[in-house]
Amino acid sequence: MRVTRVLGAALLTLGLAAAPAAADSSPSPKAPEDGGAPTRAGTSFRTATEVEQGQTATARASTGDYLYWSFPADAGQRPTVHATVKLPESHAAQTWQIDVYDGLRRRQACQYGAQTRTAGTDKASVELECVLRTVRAWSEPWADDPLPGTYYVRLTALRLPTADLGQAVEAELRVGSKDVGGAAAVDGSLSEPLVPGIAMTSGAGEEEKDDDSGSPVLAGLEPEDGWSSGWWSDRWVWTAAGGALAALAGVAGYRLTRGSGRPPRVPPST
Amino acid sequence: MITRKRPVAGVCALLAALTAGLVAFPAAAAADEPTGRDAPKVNLVLDVSGSMRARDIDGRSRMAAAKQAFNEVLDATPEEVELGIRTLGANYAGDDREEGCEDTAQLYPVGPLDRTEAKTAVATLTPTGWTPIGPALLKAADDLEGGDGSKRIVLISDGEDTCAPLDPCEVAREIAAKGIGLTVDTLGLVPNVKMSRQLSCIAEATGGTYTSVEHQDELTDRVNELVDRAAEPVVTPVATEGAASCTRAPTLGSGLYTDREEFGQQRWYRVELPAGQELRASVSVAADRAVRPDYGVLLRAVTVHGREIVRGEATGNGRTDVLSTGLRYPRPEREDDDGGKPAAEVVCLAVTNSFSADSGVKTTPGLPLELTVDVVDGPDGSSDVASFGLGRGWWLLGALVLTGFLAGLVWGWLSRWRIAVWRTS
Repeated sequence: MRVTRVLGAALLTLGLAAAPAAADSSPSPKAPEDGGAPTRAGTSFRTATEVEQGQTATARASTGDYLYWSFPADAGQRPTVHATVKLPESHAAQTWQIDVYDGLRRRQACQYGAQTRTAGTDKASVELECVLRTVRAWSEPWADDPLPGTYYVRLTALRLPTADLGQAVEAELRVGSKDVGGAAAVDGSLSEPLVPGIAMTSGAGEEEKDDDSGSPVLAGLEPEDGWSSGWWSDRWVWTAAGGALAALAGVAGYRLTRGSGRPPRVPPST
Repeated sequence: MITRKRPVAGVCALLAALTAGLVAFPAAAAADEPTGRDAPKVNLVLDVSGSMRARDIDGRSRMAAAKQAFNEVLDATPEEVELGIRTLGANYAGDDREEGCEDTAQLYPVGPLDRTEAKTAVATLTPTGWTPIGPALLKAADDLEGGDGSKRIVLISDGEDTCAPLDPCEVAREIAAKGIGLTVDTLGLVPNVKMSRQLSCIAEATGGTYTSVEHQDELTDRVNELVDRAAEPVVTPVATEGAASCTRAPTLGSGLYTDREEFGQQRWYRVELPAGQELRASVSVAADRAVRPDYGVLLRAVTVHGREIVRGEATGNGRTDVLSTGLRYPRPEREDDDGGKPAAEVVCLAVTNSFSADSGVKTTPGLPLELTVDVVDGPDGSSDVASFGLGRGWWLLGALVLTGFLAGLVWGWLSRWRIAVWRTS
């Protein structure tokens, strides 16, 4: 019986140890600017500034600009985009909005959070937030569920009077995410994350000129510990722990009906 | 019995998973090898019209502010950027409109930067003439011709164009349609509403930005930032021209493409997709002119026989720079495996837009269209944990414990019964 317990425990530890081991085996992501948070924003999908999750990106811009950032999100994460815009000292009422797009540039819905907000003339800043749906490892091609890959954030003023065009504003963007874990596991996974231009950067070995860090890419950032391979989730721990507990319960049940040791009326072996 | 089999099965599953995981991790090789890319080019276009004499930027004249800003920008320009300077309204002081509207000159040619030479040239400027923004933009675009690097025009002006009917906004749109990756950023010195509208129209027509400037440091910072931004490496798209039907459409591989699409026009492209591969396509249609506030974009993947496979659609309303959508089409593996290279299916991509404009707005050139195509390996249906039959949650734990316990009870009772039988026999 001890063997069972030891095996169960070993299985659990193995399962737990496998997660970081798997993470280590993928290449480390490229830091955007030597680890520093970006201080600029792009002006289109093509020029979007890459931001890591947890970083606070800042940008000086003008009202009327369309500001673009991109960040990586992996399966099992539920990303939250938070943006703050510091408005000029005097301004008319302005409506600001953040839109989030996935790696295929499809607009992604926000579950909750103030995605659009109007700042009156007395307000010095606008705070916007968008909580995305949980990123799944796989979905039907006909659905637009969030998939692991690059996400774009666009921040812009929706309605503003011409007199306010071009005034200096400061924008701040922070992306965080909640780890939903195995609860979000689905039956399948993508071979490559939904990163634009990934066919140019990852695949072809013969086309090496497109495969180095010197030539620009549409999106190069990966999550901190690489893209998940899709096989690890906390379901392993749950199932293994369930198996171990079942084993223990089995032993307990056995002892209950079998009784301890030999039946009292059985004489010692002759 | 149960107590022994379970862990063994578990270990097997874990080992299988570990090997599967290792196989699925080919170390992504990153070959570091610099490529000979063309240098980014920036053309600074400075308004030297008579109004630049006004002393309203931190108590100094606009011209002095611009000169100081230029000096600082020239000092901070990154090595790899080829910078040029063009003036408008610098030479002709007379009243003849026609001559005044042709007054634009190249002060410093676009090329490797000699800082002292450029600064000396800037120092000679004195506010003089008219404000021919349209002609200056045309010439500035000509200055930037050649090379594949990103191209940027930074226009600094303090008044609206005085050379109607040539609308600088339309000029900007046309030069953006001619060259790939050309952006016009505009800065307005102490602007009024009409000027803001014109300069921001020029910027939006090319995907650039408009900034209004009232202080010296704002001007320096902004121009510096724009020059730096030009130095950032960006993927340059490839120009393509979609056809009106799939049969005549160009065949595209993985990459980034641009095209132009007029209002209500349909553009077709073809992509060859081998079995077991996945097609990912996304399309953005930019609103580079005044459009009506409700619009949409539709991207369809259609077979050569006209059956629609999958579509991506987007609609929107209000102010926007671009409207985009995308689609995925994983093509299943072929059932009949007759060896050799899997035959590619031709997938037709159709892009339509429902942008519309008021009657006064020009419809040509079409709206800028950006298309990304990626052909990657198809998704795996079963490498995910959920499909290994793994579960999670307290209910699962309870069910397993209960089953284990019941099995233990039965086993214990059985063995007790066996002993009893053995004893009686």
